[in-house]
Amino acid sequence: MTWIATEPPRRVKLLFMFQTANFVPSVLDRFDPRARIVAAAAFCLIDTLVRQWESLVLAFAGAVVAATLAGFWPRTILARLAPLNLFMVLVLVIVPFTTPGTPIAFFGSWAYSWEGLLVAVEVVLKGNTMVLAVMALVASMDPIVLGHALHHLGVPEKLVHLMLFAVRYFEVLRREYLRLAAAIKARGFRPRMNRHTYRTYGYLVGMLLVRGLDRSERIVAAMKCRGFRGRFFLLDHFALTRRDLGFAAVTTLFFAFVAWVEWM
Amino acid sequence: MHIPEGPLSVSTTGISILGAGAVLAAAGVAWGLRKMDYERVPQVALLSSAFFAASLIHVPLGGTSVHLVLSGLVGLILGWAAFPAIFIAIALQAAFFGFGGFTTLGLNTVLMALPAVACYGLFHPLVRWGREGVAAIAGFACGAVAILLGAILLAGILMAAGYEFRSLAVTVLLAHVPVAVVEGLVTASAVLFLRKVRPELLDAPYLPLEVRTSDA
Repeated sequence: MTWIATEPPRRVKLLFMFQTANFVPSVLDRFDPRARIVAAAAFCLIDTLVRQWESLVLAFAGAVVAATLAGFWPRTILARLAPLNLFMVLVLVIVPFTTPGTPIAFFGSWAYSWEGLLVAVEVVLKGNTMVLAVMALVASMDPIVLGHALHHLGVPEKLVHLMLFAVRYFEVLRREYLRLAAAIKARGFRPRMNRHTYRTYGYLVGMLLVRGLDRSERIVAAMKCRGFRGRFFLLDHFALTRRDLGFAAVTTLFFAFVAWVEWM
Repeated sequence: MHIPEGPLSVSTTGISILGAGAVLAAAGVAWGLRKMDYERVPQVALLSSAFFAASLIHVPLGGTSVHLVLSGLVGLILGWAAFPAIFIAIALQAAFFGFGGFTTLGLNTVLMALPAVACYGLFHPLVRWGREGVAAIAGFACGAVAILLGAILLAGILMAAGYEFRSLAVTVLLAHVPVAVVEGLVTASAVLFLRKVRPELLDAPYLPLEVRTSDA
């Protein structure tokens, strides 16, 4: 069935948040996850601080390169940027009306200003750069690896375990939701804008919570069964290699270059 | 009440607000974690997964549909643990689905978790111990107030970030009014359901765990 578009491996991985069998490691996957998280954070910080057009465009180009190196297909990248840019359309349309400056167009008594358009474009550039950077450096990572890396970066153990449990059971509860939704649909439920609809959704939410709580009790019991004594252990440890130092050097040089363009 | 990456990083005030948001969120998460026993980790995680899944529900509204946020109900059920739970949900959304981002992580956590905790303080006793009518009204208020409070905070922040964002702030605020009504209705019926089916879930912030270890 050749007419069905083949899904790129990355796409499969992103849907389930876990590495699947046909997962293909990218160039970035060879580097230490800790270094990647720090690089993503530094990228966002520097992009927040720069204001010149040259440095903004340079940072955006860097983010595009990083996303490509992370092995994402262009289609996946665009799909990821879609929700952000839906909001950005609103920014582009609305913000220039309340920015004082040279008007370039009038709608009744409302003036659409050139300065406002510049601000809006800056917002669009910054937003896309940061989402791309986080996508390339962090989202390309398995959530389990991310949790371990965060722990080694000093994030509290409890918070990391909260995240790992949430990642593990999100899909389970999503399926629970789909099952409940199918059940109400099978009984002839059609969502409309009326009280019955809102009440039904309220019950659906309530039932999801009850199922979640029940399952958490079973999990705690199972943990006790296996001798849980109030401490979890994280099994992955990372070691910085010469390759990671190279990665750190390259990213630092890039950030320094952006800063140089901005302030020199 | 998500603020995406971008609008707040084009002015000094905006950047300071992002910084303040990060500090506040860190404090809230730390406090929430302190109030949360190690054995509650699965419970809080499963409930936040349930909320995460519930936010996939799209509810018809006018000609379109909105997805549920349920921050009021999160607060009602998790109390202070809402801070870490919401932080995790927002971080996962930012990292794996592209909503929000790294620099806005703290601020977005505050925008959702602060109203959630406020609603817990305001409405929890009424929802848990009030008569059915009172509980329904308190549930509605809880759902609606959590959304409105978040939207007001967000609009205020956009106004403060720069004069040019005034129109955006008004748009955001107005867009949240119908959402607040829907959230209120759904929260009210969820609360009534839980009172009948599983009242102890409404005690979750101080629910004793059934299985205990001798030395932990």
